[in-house]
Amino acid sequence: MVAGTATNVVFGLLRVAVLLAALGSTASGRIAGYDVAATVTYVWLGQGLLAFVVLWGDSALANRIRSGDVVVDLYRPWDLQTALLAEDLGRAAYCAVTRLVPPVVVGALLFPFRWPAPERWPVFVVSAVLAVLVSFGMRFLVNASTFWLLDNRGVVALHGVGTGILCGLNVPLDFFPEWARFALWFTPMPAIMQSPIDVFIGHGSLWLVVGHQVFWAAALFGVGKVVLARAVRKVVVQGG
Amino acid sequence: MIEVRDLRREFRISEKAGFLRRAHRTVAAVDGVSFDVAAGEAVGYVGPNGAGKSTTIKMLTGILVPTSGTVRVSGVDPSRQRKELARRIGVVFGQRSQLWWDLPLADSFELLKAIYRVSGPDFAKRLAECADLLELGPFLTTPVRQLSLGQRMRGEVTAALLHAPDLLVLDEPTIGLDLESKERLREFLAELNTRRGTTLLLTTHDLDDIQRLCPRLVVIDHGTVLADGPLADLSAEVSPERVLVVDLDVAVEPLADLPGVVSVRTELGGRRQHLAFRRDVTTAAALIAAVAARAEVHDLSVVEPEIDDVVRTLYARRHADRSVGNVGVPHDSR
Repeated sequence: MVAGTATNVVFGLLRVAVLLAALGSTASGRIAGYDVAATVTYVWLGQGLLAFVVLWGDSALANRIRSGDVVVDLYRPWDLQTALLAEDLGRAAYCAVTRLVPPVVVGALLFPFRWPAPERWPVFVVSAVLAVLVSFGMRFLVNASTFWLLDNRGVVALHGVGTGILCGLNVPLDFFPEWARFALWFTPMPAIMQSPIDVFIGHGSLWLVVGHQVFWAAALFGVGKVVLARAVRKVVVQGG
Repeated sequence: MIEVRDLRREFRISEKAGFLRRAHRTVAAVDGVSFDVAAGEAVGYVGPNGAGKSTTIKMLTGILVPTSGTVRVSGVDPSRQRKELARRIGVVFGQRSQLWWDLPLADSFELLKAIYRVSGPDFAKRLAECADLLELGPFLTTPVRQLSLGQRMRGEVTAALLHAPDLLVLDEPTIGLDLESKERLREFLAELNTRRGTTLLLTTHDLDDIQRLCPRLVVIDHGTVLADGPLADLSAEVSPERVLVVDLDVAVEPLADLPGVVSVRTELGGRRQHLAFRRDVTTAAALIAAVAARAEVHDLSVVEPEIDDVVRTLYARRHADRSVGNVGVPHDSR
């Protein structure tokens, strides 16, 4: 946890340096609506959200499917997907304190930081929770692919590359060309990281951003449910 | 409690047939299995590796959907009403853990209490009972990852019993345990079956488990039931011979001519004789009397056929039937 937070902070420093250098090289000192304060806030909030939403994905369920231990999870009197979601929300609550807050505090102390207006705070909290739900929906599908593939490392790698670029970690999605930003609206990617950041720094329309998140959180959960049901009916659980 | 009718489960197996091509063939892991288990019974489900035991267990617990045939466990259809079933039965997989690796045993139990919605007093009572009988006290607060296998299995069995299931399914519960741990576990299960009336269904390769726990045995191989009945009947059917071992004071000629004796093996120059006799022709008592009439008997014992031998003979008989292409063996017609 300490090591993870320290890593997030160090990378935060690097990213701030790179992005501020880019801003400094422009005549106006802004790129796509990002001034220095917005850029700083974007970077440090992103560094905090990284672990909070598990941007790179996880493989706990995939490992249990691979080893066959998932049978134990399947004969319990619960809905496996809901149970995993409950576990993930608990994890996120813990990460909010240990991983989300520290990088934001560092950024706020060392750099010109932009806090949201008071009435935006509740929306940010909702948006952050929705980001976890969307991320969970994606991770669940990535993990569940193991039921068919037996080894989902390829999917995990693809997912990791995709989220890094398309969720708004490397550069703000506003830096993307118009057509790419338009296309991304049809994917859940922005909802995982860029959306709560947009709410925080006051970019874009609140309702559109949050509505997009709600849609994808529900859609991915629904698809996950169907996929799990199919997996259980059609696919062989491994191992004696 | 359990009702299985013509249960069949096929798997599609891919084989390499060329550089990119795959040939598929269908294999029936369970092929027309039928049996019933009444409430309160203790049944051993045995068979060699790959016989279809675990596949059957998975269908009984609702994890696998049968290709055809019907299963009812505790009044529900396992694959359709898996959640409902999970509340009514307990399952212990010897090679898997349902405990939380990083949590103390007591915390795992607390989680299960919440998952199975067990009331506080019931939970406390059942846990205290299991903790007492299985001696869990010393390691209740130890993280599961630090438990020995024997301790963990005792924890697993407790975990499966906290919601007081009517049926406990055990898939190789004693695998890898030392003799003392095995014995302790068997004792507990026997007690559970007789005192509480919990129905037991267990698969095992350790036939001592069966001998100790299961009055009834279902033997399965290649996905079909080879035999089903009390252990004593099975052994009588498979090997109707018993062996009387007599130690004589003085060596005598092999006593092969006594009534009912099929074969004789002598040791110690004739002072110890192993007399194989047919139980349907003579009784042990009559034979002992006949021996005593011939020579001074120093000591004697009657050897029951080993359960291992019984099961091995059953498997072997089946293979012999197959090799001559005789499909009409009695048990196929079930």
